[in-house]
Amino acid sequence: MTPRPAKVFIGAGAGFAADRTDAAIPIVRDLAAQEGPRFLIYETLGERTLALSQIERRHHPDRGYNPLLDRFLEPVLADCLRSGIRIVGNFGAANPRAAAARIAALARRLGFATVRIAVVEGDDLTTLLSPEQFAARETGWTLLREKPAIIAANAYLGAAPIAEALAGGAQVVVTGRVADPSLALGPLIHSFGWALDDWQRLAAGTLAGHLLECGSQVTGGYFADPGFKDVPGMDTLGYPIAEIESSGEFVITKPEGTGGLVDRRTVTEQLLYEIHDPAAYLTPDVVLDITDVELAEAGRNRIRVKGARGKERPETLKATVCIDSGLLAEAEISYAGPNAAARARLAIDTVRLRMARRAPGLALRADAIGLVSILGDTAGTSLRQASAEPEDVRIRFAAESMQREPLELLNGEVEALYCAGPAGGGGVRTRITPRLASASCLIERDRVRPTVSFVDQTP
Amino acid sequence: MSDTVEVPLHRLAHARAGDKGNRLNVSLICRHPAVYETLASQMTAEAVAAIYASRRPSHVVRYDLPKLHAFNFVLDDALDGGVNASLGLDGHGKSLSFLLLAATVRVKRALLERVNNQPQSMEETKP
Repeated sequence: MTPRPAKVFIGAGAGFAADRTDAAIPIVRDLAAQEGPRFLIYETLGERTLALSQIERRHHPDRGYNPLLDRFLEPVLADCLRSGIRIVGNFGAANPRAAAARIAALARRLGFATVRIAVVEGDDLTTLLSPEQFAARETGWTLLREKPAIIAANAYLGAAPIAEALAGGAQVVVTGRVADPSLALGPLIHSFGWALDDWQRLAAGTLAGHLLECGSQVTGGYFADPGFKDVPGMDTLGYPIAEIESSGEFVITKPEGTGGLVDRRTVTEQLLYEIHDPAAYLTPDVVLDITDVELAEAGRNRIRVKGARGKERPETLKATVCIDSGLLAEAEISYAGPNAAARARLAIDTVRLRMARRAPGLALRADAIGLVSILGDTAGTSLRQASAEPEDVRIRFAAESMQREPLELLNGEVEALYCAGPAGGGGVRTRITPRLASASCLIERDRVRPTVSFVDQTP
Repeated sequence: MSDTVEVPLHRLAHARAGDKGNRLNVSLICRHPAVYETLASQMTAEAVAAIYASRRPSHVVRYDLPKLHAFNFVLDDALDGGVNASLGLDGHGKSLSFLLLAATVRVKRALLERVNNQPQSMEETKP
């Protein structure tokens, strides 16, 4: 039996599908200088990302993985393979097998003839359940009752298949949908030999994963607020590294010589990010309770985290089901200078009146950027109440429909403001883009069978 | 001179918003542990529901995290359907943390002076 390590190092090279592609370089440089098991994780799958990948795969059967895969891995793959840093990423999206083949090709190009790449599959439920079965398992909303065509349906797998892939010697593990924190928990289960019902340690590892999964959101990115929360080096943000001990306690830090900041405030913001009940954060692996978590400064840009508590994992697995939801139209026009707000309001009223006649029943949203846009509401209450007199207002209309025609009418009405007025309208931009809707389902565990395979063993 | 002053919440706390479907969560984190009780008494679930009235949340819950000097607010149905259904520019509601920070709170003058003169974290004392 291999001796258990004292410490495991996990760096996070990406926190979302379109993250900075050079972020992992300083992490790999620092990890290469450390002793012990070291991992680099990539979290690149938002709720809708997988459905978009699935659509791409239908058009191009050899694609459907994260489109930035090459750019993420090219700068670091050789150093990782040389230094024994193992890579775990959900960048496989809708086609982990194709992503693995792509990585193998990249490795060959970099001079590595054989690389052991594991593929974790089994998250794709599209053919496993009927639309009726999905509808019966939907939580909250009732999007699926109408039995729409399903674009993608994926269960959130847990850490166990990732640990299994690593035990099989994988240098790179490619997954599709897995719970984000499981990307870090898998390597910890493998390295420390944690039992799959050791709820305390699984909770601690899940907490480490939760803090890592959004990349720089824990190291000062998405935190900076000049004069209130200053962050040095926003253009060279260091992405996080966790140093985890076998007890489950860990330190969050970032690479030497990078920008950003790790302190109690940055870690607390990420700790509560997308958490609902802090005593019950559900993952496929464990139920995490963070109410007793304590953060302590342990040096410059180093925060020690302890106190995660765990309860038995949920009975069911969450799945995200994506369906086609028609088209979104957006049309914009600007007004500037004296009386800009009044002219913008007149333009909004004009388009609303004309659209009510030409496409009755089409719900229309109008924002006035510079007056009220982001913090407003679709009903327009905030805009009616706003009294500011900005010098520069950009109106944005939005509507959605399953049909293209009413949306083209809207965009045409906004473009027509060029001549029909009010005065001084300029800079019209219009677009129509496809829209996806997603529903959450709870799936019985025995219906989901995660599999691990190695691409270098397939003919 | 009154012994309490009204200050923007932004001066006393920081916040981050996150989304899951049509549900918004906003963390509220005290810049200094000493203001936790003040915020606990004023930033009630009802007060936060009023701040987000234009988003028409169907239900607001506050979870308290005294060890972290923080609160977590969960607002149901506050995102115009969520990122996939909202017609708004920020369907995730990521910017909505700053709607909370725009609120004002009443603070004892002595407490405010104490908080202003004490850095919260070690990092802030360093150049």
